[in-house]
Amino acid sequence: MNAPASDDATTPEVRVLDDEVVAKVARLARLELTPAELTLMTKQLSGMLEHFRDIDKLDLSAVAPMAQPLPLKNVMREDVVQPCLDRDEVLAAAPAAQDHRFRVPPTIGFVE
Amino acid sequence: MAQHFDSVVDIVRDVRSGATSATRVLEDHFARIDEREGEIHAFNLVMRDEARAVATRIDADIAAGRPVGPLAGVPIALKDNMCTRGVATTCSSKILEGWKPPYDATVVTKLRDAGAVLVGKTNLDEFAMGSSTENSAFGPTRNPLDTSRVPGGSSGGSAAAVAAGFAAASLGSDTGGSIRQPAALCGLVGVKPTYGLVSRQGLVAFASSLDQIGPFTHTVADAALLMDTISGHDPLDSTSLPIAPVQLGAVLNVGVDGLRIGRVVDMPEGSEPEVLARLDAAFGALEKAGATIVDVRLPSLEYGLTAYYLVAPAEASSNLARFDGVRYGMRVEAEDLNAMYGATRSAGFGAEVKRRIMLGTYALSAGYYDAYYGKALKVRRLIADDFARAYSTCDVILTPTSPTVAFPFGDKTADPLAMYLCDVFTIPSNLAGHAAMSVPFGSGAHGLPVGVQVLAPALAEETMFRVAAALERAT
Repeated sequence: MNAPASDDATTPEVRVLDDEVVAKVARLARLELTPAELTLMTKQLSGMLEHFRDIDKLDLSAVAPMAQPLPLKNVMREDVVQPCLDRDEVLAAAPAAQDHRFRVPPTIGFVE
Repeated sequence: MAQHFDSVVDIVRDVRSGATSATRVLEDHFARIDEREGEIHAFNLVMRDEARAVATRIDADIAAGRPVGPLAGVPIALKDNMCTRGVATTCSSKILEGWKPPYDATVVTKLRDAGAVLVGKTNLDEFAMGSSTENSAFGPTRNPLDTSRVPGGSSGGSAAAVAAGFAAASLGSDTGGSIRQPAALCGLVGVKPTYGLVSRQGLVAFASSLDQIGPFTHTVADAALLMDTISGHDPLDSTSLPIAPVQLGAVLNVGVDGLRIGRVVDMPEGSEPEVLARLDAAFGALEKAGATIVDVRLPSLEYGLTAYYLVAPAEASSNLARFDGVRYGMRVEAEDLNAMYGATRSAGFGAEVKRRIMLGTYALSAGYYDAYYGKALKVRRLIADDFARAYSTCDVILTPTSPTVAFPFGDKTADPLAMYLCDVFTIPSNLAGHAAMSVPFGSGAHGLPVGVQVLAPALAEETMFRVAAALERAT
């Protein structure tokens, strides 16, 4: 990701959270929010982000990020055929299936 | 106030010797479920028929002299975010209501193989997001010790099930304290093992770099027995450490002579005085038992909450993208795929889950990534470095598990941040991937139980359990 913000102690330009930004985030997250939900979400998220500014005072310029706790590398194994999930059992748990596949609404070419 | 129930160790011994039977033990637990479950709501599902069939089989095996497993006849409850083949697994979310997984989680397989009798699936904050079990789509769980109060969360159902005698032990999952905090609030032992020690295969993922499965029990010895059973390498979990199961039962009587116990001198404020008094008493008890108390500093601890509430929602927003109405659970039909995603997720997820998905999506989105998620990962490193420095001078660290005893319903639901502050002492060990556990150590305000938390470095479960056992002996 190319972010304009740096690790400088103050990055006020990224702190602006309004209904428009929250609506965009909701679209990215595939969530439909009602106007009331949107207003409440903006208020609550703003409050949290304000609290999270406590780490802005730390000098993190020389600190390496830690994405997970283990020094594990990619785990490889021999490519051996193993028992796997039963296809019919998996498809039976889906909301819709057809011809041994998951069935979904149109993805492209849909015209209103 | 707390009733005495048979321990796992007692049940194993008595079922094996014929002093009782698996069926009799199970029916005793069902009787208590019949009596109080309507009030407590620990379970999303009680697996009566399956449990009775298993108990009957174990009794037949014992009668015929066939070998049985180390947990033979022990009624155990599972948090309802662990997959059980053919048995509904909901994560207390409408979006998964009715879904029956096509496989068992590895821990479920291990419990079955050990002869455990799985009694049911327990209630939780939806997708394990919460600290009170008030966020369940199926209604809250009540604390069996005081039903006007929460059991803690997110594994509140698993804690309540054991505290009410509905199961002799249970499994929960702990992403930021979701085993230890409810254990403390319900007067139980609760363990968050080292990251990678217990397989997460079949645990519905919340935050993959933080999640661990662990036990709730009445005693430290019971927790050791559960840990011995569920730990060890699993090729189906790529974050599973390549090591053998632990053998903690052997260390319980070793004592703490010569161990160095860390006392955090710059601990975050806000704990109830009664909680701090119990922590002081715990230090005193360990010193009396031969340990040395050492002052340590963890200056980054106070930033753990911020790091956690950026990292965990970021991972959750990615993990919960799979709930899209295609492969499992509910679907709200719509004209095209995108509309179906939005309609399904909006109808299926509750408010707290939506809030965390939004927070995580924001923290990961272009333009904000470095300022939030990237920064949080660096704070995470500071916290791990703090622990590394502290553990060069001590073997374990003692803190409160929760700043407060069990709180009344509705106390913190209006302000998400107030709820998040419940996790201030438990979050750091998830961020670092370390071992931690809560041990009941007397009572605080309103006579409610207080838990003392034992923090230990990665894979130092043996030392941690020696200290836990010493604390238990001192109560």
